[in-house]
Amino acid sequence: MAMKTKLYKSIGAAVVIFSVFATACVKDLDTIPLDDDVLTTEKIYNDFNNYEKVLAKVYAGLAVSGQMGPHGSNDLSGLDEGFGQYTRAYFYAQELPTDEAILGWNDGNLRDYQEMDWSASNEFIFNMYSRIFYQISLCNEFIRQTTESKLTDRGFNETQKSTITLYRAEARFLRALSYYHALDMFGSVPFTTEEDAVGSFLPEQISRTDLFDYVESELLAIEPALMPAKTNVYGRIDQASAWMLLARLYLNAEVYGKTGKYTETVTYSKKVIDAGYQLEDSYGKMFMADNHLAKGIIFAIPYDGKETKTWGGTCFIINAEVGGSMLPANFGISGGWWGLRAKPQFVDKFPTDDTDKRKMFYTAGQTKDIADMFNFNHGYAVTKWKNIKSTGGAGVDGTHPDTDQPIFRLADAYLMYAEAVLRGGSGGSASSALGYVNEIRTKAYGSTLGNINQDQLTLAFILDERARELYWEGYRRTDLIRYGQFTGGNYLWQWKGGVQGGVATNDKYNLYPIPDADLGANPNLVQNTGY
Amino acid sequence: MKRRIFTTLSVLFLGILISGAIIAQGIRVSGKVTDAADGSPLVGVTIQEKGTTNGTITDINGNFNITVAPTSTLAVSYVGYTAQDIPVNKRNTINIVMEISEQALQEVVVIGYGTVRKEDATGSVKAINSEYFNPGIVSSPQEMVIGKMAGVQITTGGGAPGAGATIRIRGGSSLRASNDPLIVIDGVAVDTDGPTGMRNPLSTINPNDIETFTVLKDASATAIYGSRASNGVILITTKKGSSGQPFSVNYNGSVSLSSPIKNVEVFSADEFRELIATKYESNTQAQALLGDSDTDWQKEVFRTALSNDHNLNFTGGLSRLPYRASIGYTNQNGILRTDNLERVTGSLNLTPSFFDNHLRIELSAKGMTNNNKFANQGAIGGSLSMDPTQSTDFLWKNPDGTPLFVAPMNPLTQLNDYNDVSTVNRLLGNLTLEYKLHFFPALKAKLNLGLDKSNSDGSVGIPVDSFLSYSTYAGNGRDTQYRQSKTNSLLDFYFDYTGQFGTHSRLNAVAGYSWQHFYRDGNTITKSINENVTYEDSDYKSENYLISFFGRLNYVLLDKYLLTFTLRDDGSSRFAPENRWGLFPSAAFAWNISKENFFRKNIMSNLKLRLGYGITGQQNLSDNDYPYQAIYTFADAGAYYQFGDKYIQTSRAGGYDANLKWEETTTYNLGLDYGFLQDRITGDIDLYFRKTKDLINQIPVPAGTNLTNQIVTNVGDLENRGLEFSINAKAIATTDMDWELGFNASYNTNKITKLTAVDDPTYKGIYIGGISGGVGNTIQIHSVGFPSYAFYIQEQVYDTDGKPIEGLYVDRNEDGAITGDDRYRYQKPAPTVFMGFSSLFRYKNLDFSFNGRINVGNYIYNNVFSSSGSFANMAASGYLSNRVKNVENTNFENSQYFSDYYIENGSFMKLDNLSVGYNFNNLMQDKLNLRIYCTAQNLITITKYTGLDPEVFSGIDNNIYPRPRVFLLGISLTL
Repeated sequence: MAMKTKLYKSIGAAVVIFSVFATACVKDLDTIPLDDDVLTTEKIYNDFNNYEKVLAKVYAGLAVSGQMGPHGSNDLSGLDEGFGQYTRAYFYAQELPTDEAILGWNDGNLRDYQEMDWSASNEFIFNMYSRIFYQISLCNEFIRQTTESKLTDRGFNETQKSTITLYRAEARFLRALSYYHALDMFGSVPFTTEEDAVGSFLPEQISRTDLFDYVESELLAIEPALMPAKTNVYGRIDQASAWMLLARLYLNAEVYGKTGKYTETVTYSKKVIDAGYQLEDSYGKMFMADNHLAKGIIFAIPYDGKETKTWGGTCFIINAEVGGSMLPANFGISGGWWGLRAKPQFVDKFPTDDTDKRKMFYTAGQTKDIADMFNFNHGYAVTKWKNIKSTGGAGVDGTHPDTDQPIFRLADAYLMYAEAVLRGGSGGSASSALGYVNEIRTKAYGSTLGNINQDQLTLAFILDERARELYWEGYRRTDLIRYGQFTGGNYLWQWKGGVQGGVATNDKYNLYPIPDADLGANPNLVQNTGY
Repeated sequence: MKRRIFTTLSVLFLGILISGAIIAQGIRVSGKVTDAADGSPLVGVTIQEKGTTNGTITDINGNFNITVAPTSTLAVSYVGYTAQDIPVNKRNTINIVMEISEQALQEVVVIGYGTVRKEDATGSVKAINSEYFNPGIVSSPQEMVIGKMAGVQITTGGGAPGAGATIRIRGGSSLRASNDPLIVIDGVAVDTDGPTGMRNPLSTINPNDIETFTVLKDASATAIYGSRASNGVILITTKKGSSGQPFSVNYNGSVSLSSPIKNVEVFSADEFRELIATKYESNTQAQALLGDSDTDWQKEVFRTALSNDHNLNFTGGLSRLPYRASIGYTNQNGILRTDNLERVTGSLNLTPSFFDNHLRIELSAKGMTNNNKFANQGAIGGSLSMDPTQSTDFLWKNPDGTPLFVAPMNPLTQLNDYNDVSTVNRLLGNLTLEYKLHFFPALKAKLNLGLDKSNSDGSVGIPVDSFLSYSTYAGNGRDTQYRQSKTNSLLDFYFDYTGQFGTHSRLNAVAGYSWQHFYRDGNTITKSINENVTYEDSDYKSENYLISFFGRLNYVLLDKYLLTFTLRDDGSSRFAPENRWGLFPSAAFAWNISKENFFRKNIMSNLKLRLGYGITGQQNLSDNDYPYQAIYTFADAGAYYQFGDKYIQTSRAGGYDANLKWEETTTYNLGLDYGFLQDRITGDIDLYFRKTKDLINQIPVPAGTNLTNQIVTNVGDLENRGLEFSINAKAIATTDMDWELGFNASYNTNKITKLTAVDDPTYKGIYIGGISGGVGNTIQIHSVGFPSYAFYIQEQVYDTDGKPIEGLYVDRNEDGAITGDDRYRYQKPAPTVFMGFSSLFRYKNLDFSFNGRINVGNYIYNNVFSSSGSFANMAASGYLSNRVKNVENTNFENSQYFSDYYIENGSFMKLDNLSVGYNFNNLMQDKLNLRIYCTAQNLITITKYTGLDPEVFSGIDNNIYPRPRVFLLGISLTL
């Protein structure tokens, strides 16, 4: 009996000890991140100082690919980090299928991009698509976290609140910019706003025209909340950026399924023109290591060889354009990547002599024609972008340039104005259109020798002038589509359609397909026609 | 070479047979040997005239006949039975009754949280003891059991000294989460990643210190480890002293020579000159670049490497304090120049007991300090592309003397200018207290406290002005310093009850609690050597916890019917509170058919049927401890964004899945253990089916719904099914001569059955398997209806001569164009069938062993050939680069990375290990035993694969560090 009691007692004791162990330790499972660089959402937004940092990330979504420069801690996964950077993916999508550029690397399905025979499984299209919607999600999160009521709950004072409200308007602009890219490249896409919580749900697809209306309404709504033109700090947008985007949206309205909105194009490009910006005297200066000092740039993504590094952006363009017998040192880099060249049809847009200073080709050892797209020596190389300062000397790093990437330029406002007037927009005049175009050409030629007369100012001339002025800045695909020259057989360039001489292509390629990865993830989506 | 081995083998064999045939004059003795338990005849019992080599074995009826000296003694021995010495005393008939030895009855296998009598085991468990380890393994314990177990595939990571190995038990049951088995060393579950700066987490333990490797394969055996058991469990126990054992000292030492086996065929200097002269006939610029040297770059980067290994251990039992201590030193050189591993290991095991054995304590500590010099493996690829006409100190330069970065780098510069070193210290220890209750000895309480602590310090240095990091701008030369510290701690507390009910049934019950904490922190700083430019400055700190309650019930009825139930409730800090706990049950039944009365033990001596079912879990995401939480991450330097004149440290909202939960694998196992001829032939057959659901998987999120493009979530199902067979035979078992043969074969198929949340037949799958060539190119895919890691490629079209036609592929989707959409899924890297074979032969003091493996149906993408497989850019402006000679077979002008021409059948047979040893017993007045042995590793490979080595775990052969052939001479001294 005593034995038994003793047994029960010790079993009892054991159970007690056991339970104490167990329950005390189960609480250990509630962990929060230990790293100082990692904070929970709640902690982030309780500190006013963090709002600027989160906004900076929303901007940096356009500039870099992750939280380490030039790579590491990637924002996206499953993609090569360099390819997945926003403006590099944008350059690929807007320039490679056109007459302006060819990239001689045998990377995955890159070739399909250049030959205009891509499919919904093309990884570079998926890169672009992923970046756009990542950027939209980043904006949605910031907008969701900065509602008036949340700011009040967190106890911020009025000054702090008004600062955050400005940030919020800028985030809405950046979201509109990415939705504009989606509208332009993919047409009808999944649609989410700050009203949708983070998590697994299946967004509905918005029609292209509804998306047009949404982007327009957002830009109009935030216009008054943004800083007046030329008043915000470098690297952030102001009202002029909103006008630029509105003008571009309206200029392409017919492509997007709306009736022509050329009058609105005139209105908003005029606002930019009248805001006091000036054209840069030296074209090349806008693409150099100290281009933050250049005139004529309304908004640029700032890069720095020490602080803001990526394998995309201007790092990609400058390194990839150098190869062959070009001396890397002349571009402020340690070595070229032997990639980008121009196609001969684009070279021919320039006069044969060197009077137009925007004609920046390197021809030694290069053939004009491209018999082999993988051979750097086929096709003229381009010297437009450099990591060299206008005052001489290179940027701080031999791989990652200081050169900023212009997103909105005054010259584009001039050309949009002229085109909209020619297309019947009211509120402007043909003579001012001619004047603006000639201003651009005067800068390009360094004299009035290149000026044109009213008869020469045709729509066709404007398309070519846009190529000469804006090449390798991400405009070309959109421009060619607006002129009906991207697909089909109206205009052929080398390797269009996969043969050197170029062949007519299917009109379905005016839109990129919704990547099959997203069709698989979201059954609400309907693929674009033809894919 | 092979022929010579076989000749030697047969001569040896013949000699043995002849010596056995010489019979001394004397009387003829006959009789029958029976089993004391049931009077059944024993087949194959060894009867030997003591002190001679004269002997025989019993026949199928247990009868024997032997002629011996009339006054001699018969030594009767039989595996698993107590040996006897019987004086002949001039008798002509002697019948012998043998009893099962106590030791055999006590033979136990280690299972989770305890041991079980071997004959009571219900799960698929395989233990390999040290005497069966592959000999001559110095630094990678995994290699000691390569090819020894059915269903266990071990692939070394390459030929680097101390290289790690990938272990797959019954194929992989996960896709994104780890497929590594859980490794438990002396009761401490270690994390599989190991410390940074170390090639192989298991090399913490000196192979000389390991006693057994036990592999738990099916769920009924592993489910007690619940959350981490989906891919099997490996239990490693180290050697310990035993009570009353006399003091002994043992020294093991070896020296070995490693050398490369073969080279990748590239153009020689003369061939290269000729090729450039014909291919680039009109390109005088290219011609002018040719040098006048004749350099075999592969010869320059590889070498014959000398290594040595020493281990000293002390074992004994000071009354109640059995102990074993050991110290080891290893210095291994890699065949890639500059590669070296230096390691010091120490271990101490104390197993005292107190209070009349009521309290048993086990203290086990293993320490290691490891100095690595990692050779720059980029030199392996560099040696293939560097121009063979250039001298060994040649570098490609721009006209201004700066490096031409797009040109191949001199591989010797890659080796010599790259100083990658690390020092790792690790302590792995545990203290176990087992108390048998004084008043209720059937109940034991056991407390196990474990600690696994490591510190890594490493650096990578590149000198100023080296072409490896040259810059004409700020910041030249590189200095990377990294550091990591890990502390993993464990506490297990459980009760173990063993009860006997009547004479018919036994019960063992275990119930307990386990707590584990994994913590790591570290940082990396990369700076230039001049001008102090910082390229990277990052740090991390992270932890996770696992808490579990577990129980097991083993019930044995009449020694025939065995039942096991286990249950584990696991909590992981990686999941949100509502998904945190996972319940993992298992049940198994086994039937010892050979113990039934109706079972006639004549030819067949053992037959046991096993049925098992269980659910196991998976939560090992290794790279993220907080996957369910919404968190913001601040940027490191270099990813700031400029606002005005300030650079802002950005803060990023991260993607997450709040609903992430356990991945679950259900396993069904049907097994049969068999023994023939009184268990001289034993083996088992297992049939299994494993289905994993809610795969922890990385899939695209619906665009716009999360803060990333792909999220780790639970989507998808995966199946593995297979068959395993093993057989071991004691072909000869006499006092003077033993010959044991072993063979095992495993068949496994793996299929993904679901990948998306909603069924979508157009969804192609998850692209995976990055290759060298282009950027971001992948060659494999996970897709529904196919094995994981299936190759995803284009079907090459060949001309009438069988030559591939460049750029021409079958238009498989019949859309009239050859695009990326014409890729198809073809084969997979995992073998369909793999086999292991071994032979262990001993004659008196001489022993001879070999073992090898056969893999069938493992396919390889020959990335060495494809990345160097075109004539394009051989002579680009300013430099030349060499190609593999395979390009002559394809004549491709441009690379064709996705051609299925490069997919090859990698089936192979390898003779992994061949060893001869001799024991000098009882030297120096019986005080010293000496063993001398020599071993050859990686001796023969028979394969059709055209690359260097068909053993490529990932299936993508891309300049893998070649596995060397090793000749090793070792001695072992015991005092």
